[in-house]
Amino acid sequence: MTAVLGASTPLAVEQEPGRVGLRRAMSAEWTKLWSVRSTMWTLVATGIAVVGLATLSTGARSATDIVDDPTRLSLIGIFLGQLIFGVLGVLVISAEYGTGTIRATLSAVPRRPVVLLAKVLVFGAVALVVSEVFTFIAFGVGQAILSAKHAVGPSAAIAQHAHQLGLKVPPKLKGLLPTTGSASLGQPGVLRAVIGAGLYLAVLGLLALGLGTIIRHTAGAIAAFAGVVLVLPLIVQALPTSISNAVARYLPANIGLVMFSTNGLPDRVGPAFSPWAGFALLVFYTVVILALGCWVLVRRDA
Amino acid sequence: MIEARGLTKRFGDVVAVDDLSFDVRPGTVTGFLGPNGSGKSTTMRMIMGLDAPAAGTVSVLGRRYHDLPWPLREVGALLEAKAIHPGRSARAHLLTLARSNAIPRARVDEVLELVGLTSVAGKRAGKFSLGMGQRLGIAAALLGDPGVLLFDEPVNGLDPEGIRWVRTLCKNLAAEGRTVFVSSHLMAEMALTADHLVVIGKGKLIAETSVSEFVARSSRQSVKVRTPAPHQLVDAVTNAGGQVIDDPDGSLTVTGLSAPEVGDLAASIRVALHELTPVASLEDAFMELTEEAVEFRGGQ
Repeated sequence: MTAVLGASTPLAVEQEPGRVGLRRAMSAEWTKLWSVRSTMWTLVATGIAVVGLATLSTGARSATDIVDDPTRLSLIGIFLGQLIFGVLGVLVISAEYGTGTIRATLSAVPRRPVVLLAKVLVFGAVALVVSEVFTFIAFGVGQAILSAKHAVGPSAAIAQHAHQLGLKVPPKLKGLLPTTGSASLGQPGVLRAVIGAGLYLAVLGLLALGLGTIIRHTAGAIAAFAGVVLVLPLIVQALPTSISNAVARYLPANIGLVMFSTNGLPDRVGPAFSPWAGFALLVFYTVVILALGCWVLVRRDA
Repeated sequence: MIEARGLTKRFGDVVAVDDLSFDVRPGTVTGFLGPNGSGKSTTMRMIMGLDAPAAGTVSVLGRRYHDLPWPLREVGALLEAKAIHPGRSARAHLLTLARSNAIPRARVDEVLELVGLTSVAGKRAGKFSLGMGQRLGIAAALLGDPGVLLFDEPVNGLDPEGIRWVRTLCKNLAAEGRTVFVSSHLMAEMALTADHLVVIGKGKLIAETSVSEFVARSSRQSVKVRTPAPHQLVDAVTNAGGQVIDDPDGSLTVTGLSAPEVGDLAASIRVALHELTPVASLEDAFMELTEEAVEFRGGQ
C-alpha cells in the first residue's frame, strides 16, 4: 500500500518473505508479558512465598529437632508459591479474553496453535528461570538457617551412630554426611531436589496456562487450578487407605513433593513414583491439558 | 476487496447471520448498516476469521483471512472499543501488534500521533475514555498501513469533533484506493460517510446499493412545497391520496405523491408553486427497509 496518512516508515519486509510465525508471535508475547504490572507483582509474590516459607519453616526448628529432610523443609514454600504462580499462568491467556485483546492477538496471528505455542514457550521459559532462581534462593536461605541452629539431621545422626559403633565410614562418603541437619548441594539427591522444585513450579504454571486456555475466565480457571493442587489431595486423603494409596501418587502435589524431597514421600502419603517418573507424568498431564486448550482455541469462536 | 458468499452464522437456535452475500470494493467507503443486533459485528468477526461461519465463505483480497501472510499489513480492524488490557499502555499495546507482524517500532509512534494519543501513549489504558479507546483501536487498525480497513461502529463514544475526524479519515482512506468497510446503526452518519451501502436486518441482506439509490428506492419520499394557495393544494393532494404536513416555516411537506405528481396536480388546479423539492431522508429509507427485519422493537 502506498504510504500515506503519516505512514512515512516503510513497512515492507522484503527480507522476510514468509509469514507471521512463531518467532514473531513469541516477540509479541514477550512484550505482552512484561508490559503489565501484574506479571512482576505475581512473580515477586511467588518469590516471597517460596523464600519466606523457607525462612519460617526452617526457623521454627529448634536445635535438637531431627529434621527428616532438610532440603524438603526449605522448599515447602513451593506449595504456596504454586498458587500465585498458577494465577499468573492463567492470566497469560484469560486476561486476553477478559479484556478483548484476544481478538487483536488472533487478528495479528491467525494461526491459533502458533499463538498458544508462543505463549507456552515465552511464559514457560520465564517461569522456569524464575522458579529455579526462587528455589535455589529458598534452599540457600533455609539451609543457612538450619546450619546456624545446628539441628541434627538423620544422616548426621547415622554418621554419629556409626562413629560410636566404631564403624569405618568410607572417605568418599565422609564428605556427603553432614554434621548438622542442614543439606548441601553436594549430597545425594539434593541438587536434583532443588532443580526438581523449580521444574515442578514451572510446569504447574504451564498447567494453569492450559486451564486458562480451556476455561477462558480468570476466576473459573484459577478455581480449577486450585481444585487440582489443593482440593484433589484433600479428597484423596478422605478416601479409604487402600484407594488413597493407589491414587495419591498420581496427584500433582504429591509428584511435586517427591520431586523436591531427597528421601521420597513421608509415610503418611503412601507409595510414590520416583522423582523423574513423577515429573514425566506431570509433564504428560500438562501436555494433555495444553493440547485440549489448543483444540478449544482452534474450534471455538474467539 | 471483501467478498462474502452465503455467509451464515448460528448461535444455538438463533440465526445471527443468514445467507449473506456482498462485495466491498476498494476506493469507496462502504457503509454496513443495520439495527443493533442485526449481525454486523458477527459478520465483521467472520471476515477477520475470529468466528467460524456455519456456512458460506468470506475472503479478503481473494484469500481467507487465516491465509494472509502478514495480516495486519493487509487488513486493519477496529472491532470493539477499549479492547485493551487496562494495565497496559497504548504504546505497549500497539508494540505487541507491531512485533507480531514485523512492523517497525517507529510506526507505532506515527499512528499514535495520527490519532492524537501521543501525549497519553505511555499511560495505562485503563484510564482511557471510550473515545480514547476508539482512537487507540483506529491506531491499531492503521498500524500496518493496510489496504483493507474494517471499522465496527467507530464513532461510538466520540465527540462531534472526533466523529468528523473519523468521517474524514474514512473518506481519505478510500480516496487512497483502500477498501473501507464501516458499520453503523446510525443512518444519518452513513449518509455523510459512505458511498455504498450494505444494509442488513436480522442477519439478512436487505440492500446492497449506492447511498443515492438507496434513498431513491424509498417510497417514503416526501416533497417540500411552497405555494401562495396552500388550502387549495392541500385539498387536492388529500383527494389524490397524499398526506400533507404544515411545516413551521410556512412550507408543506407532502408524502405519498412524487414531486412530478405534485407539480402536475398543482398545474391542473392552476395553483402556482414557489418551491417543489423532493426530500428523502436516509433515515426514513432505512426505517422502511428494515421495518420487517428489526430484531428488537421498542414500546407497545
